[in-house]
Amino acid sequence: MDYFAQQLINGLVLGSIYGLIAIGYTMVYGIVGMINFAHGDIFMIGGFVALITFLILISLGLTAIPVILLVVLLVSMAITALYGWTIERIAYRPLRHSFRLAPMLSAIGMSFVLTNYSQVAQGARVKPIPPFITGGHTLHESADGFVIQLSNIQIMVVVTTIVLLGIFTWLVSRTRLGRDMRACEQDQTMAALLGVDVDRTISMTFVIGAALAAVAGLMYLLYYGLVDFFMGFVAGIKAFTAAVLGGIGSLPGAMLGGLAIGLIETFWSAYFSVEYKDVAAFSILIVVLIFMPTGLLGRPEVEKV
Amino acid sequence: MTTTPHETTAASRTTGIPFILKTALINAVIALVLFSLMVGVRTEAGSDGQLTYWTRFGDLAWLVGAVFGGSIVIELLRQWIGPTGAEKLVPPAVHSGISFIGRYLAPVLLIFTLLVPVIFYNQRYILDLAILVLTYVMLGWGLNVVVGLAGLLDLGYVAFYAVGAYSYGLLATSFGWSFWVCLPLAGILAAFWGVLLGFPVLRLRGDYLAIVTLAFGEIIRLVIINWQDLTGGPNGVSGIPRPSFFGIPLDNSDDGLAAKLGIEYSPTHRIVFLFYLILALALLTNWVTIRLRRLPIGRAWEALREDEVACRALGINTTTTKLTAFATGAMFGGFAGAFFATRQGFISPESFTFQESALVLAIVVLGGMGSQLGVALAALAMIGGFELFRSLEAYRMLAFGMAMVLIMIWRPRGIIGHRAPTVFLTKAQAISSDLVKEGHG
Repeated sequence: MDYFAQQLINGLVLGSIYGLIAIGYTMVYGIVGMINFAHGDIFMIGGFVALITFLILISLGLTAIPVILLVVLLVSMAITALYGWTIERIAYRPLRHSFRLAPMLSAIGMSFVLTNYSQVAQGARVKPIPPFITGGHTLHESADGFVIQLSNIQIMVVVTTIVLLGIFTWLVSRTRLGRDMRACEQDQTMAALLGVDVDRTISMTFVIGAALAAVAGLMYLLYYGLVDFFMGFVAGIKAFTAAVLGGIGSLPGAMLGGLAIGLIETFWSAYFSVEYKDVAAFSILIVVLIFMPTGLLGRPEVEKV
Repeated sequence: MTTTPHETTAASRTTGIPFILKTALINAVIALVLFSLMVGVRTEAGSDGQLTYWTRFGDLAWLVGAVFGGSIVIELLRQWIGPTGAEKLVPPAVHSGISFIGRYLAPVLLIFTLLVPVIFYNQRYILDLAILVLTYVMLGWGLNVVVGLAGLLDLGYVAFYAVGAYSYGLLATSFGWSFWVCLPLAGILAAFWGVLLGFPVLRLRGDYLAIVTLAFGEIIRLVIINWQDLTGGPNGVSGIPRPSFFGIPLDNSDDGLAAKLGIEYSPTHRIVFLFYLILALALLTNWVTIRLRRLPIGRAWEALREDEVACRALGINTTTTKLTAFATGAMFGGFAGAFFATRQGFISPESFTFQESALVLAIVVLGGMGSQLGVALAALAMIGGFELFRSLEAYRMLAFGMAMVLIMIWRPRGIIGHRAPTVFLTKAQAISSDLVKEGHG
């Protein structure tokens, strides 16, 4: 039971990270109708930018951890968001009215560009950082000595995710931009006729998605203490699985799907086998798509001729 | 294209040196922010595990300068070519010349390919490269059935390649079966896996299907890595027997082909044999594809690619139609995999990564999806280009990704971007790919 509780905590933390990435997939899919294959690599870039900012800040002699964290968060969100914006501008916007496989193929190309760009720029080796946020709380100690730990970093990941989700929900449901985004999701032509700047709205979607992925990258860096140039691929597929599981196009669904994938992966590793945890996640993607193509919270798709 | 007054004002606003400079400056600033940390600062873990960094402002300045210069060149080109695009750059005479060449290109290429071992008999490197190119031509033609004809985006094609390779590798090393027995088995097993995967997932929409096939490719690779008892895990399968000339080994022994023919043995014999073997397999793929296109099933594939809803309305069973395309493509992937295993003598999961799938897909897309000649030329260009940059592993994948993006923007339909319909009423007429819109199935 204690082991189970510990895995539950670990799974929820991992799921929060997946959920943050999944939101980027689901938003882009909802509005543009394409799978942004490069989104996992945006997450990876976010992790790298956070790592480099950390190094610079520490070597500058900053010691106040909250200040460092805040600066790193803002810098990595800003730079990664610019990556998202640029990629949409270069690789996706010219293809918006092309045939349906074109944006997807372009996105695959972009994914290769980002992966190998960071390999060329930062080297192929794994980049570790020393544990930055240490300490934690013991929730429960059973008679046989098993301890349920809740570390400070885990608390931080979950709290940050909840705060970000709050801001994000407010952004989508209450602001002008959010209204534009929802309008573009329903009907781009009609939205344009009613004075919505569709190009700008789509750009902003990519910017927000990339910023959230950057936060996920930072959390991953803090939680696991390392980044490498290839981490975007698998994380990207899993986050996409999360988006599909939750119902693609649905924002709460993406978060829910992220948590589900995080839990499934953690429990699979804990009770069955670590080697096959990715196989489990990918199999779930296939099974969900076969039996529940609309996901947990998605709307059934209406086919128009 | 007629020029409306609105467009003229827009055009006049976007001309002139100040505009170009402004655009280039903005792009340079964006590039500066993008590259500032990723390129300007290099991190590396030291020997004690501590992360250190050093700055590379020279490289950063060089890159930003390149973006600035590149933006100016692109803007100038854009104004010089104008809004009507590149069509007017190509005079009609060149067009007819290209179509004249196009008619005779395939036979000439085929004859040249047949003569390659004769011409380059003493150049082992070129023969090896030619075998590699032909392997990818075959993979491209196989995937072309799925992507080009049936319009199903398959991102996990390498899984079937892997199934074929491991089928032959394991059957040959465990039971000692010969290549000619295992080759059909490898194809059948790959097709079986294609059906197994395809049956449940082929109801999915295009991009969902793409992700599922990608996931399937990864599952196969992960299972190969982790199922160590069967596949040897990351160490792979080694000692896979070389192919024989229908039972006669191609070696230096007394039973060898060279001894039986009474000629002096040379290791090149085997290379030449492998060359003709893969050429035959590739041509078989091509021939089957061309024949299938004339059968009702092939026509159904092409119809499915254009409009799935219309197909259903006409009473075509879309699931079985997709399934046959998937299985046919998988079968050729399996053949190619068996050939790969026998050529290398060693296989490991490293050969079957997503990059391979993307490479084959890029060959099909670049070749114009559906054009057999285009796929062959694209394979030649891609693998040849890769070979030129062999020493720059990371850079060549970077360039590969960029090429994929640029091709999609410049010619989304590939280099040979038109589809000649297989069935026509009175006379054959090539349809410009821009006029054809795929249905959303």
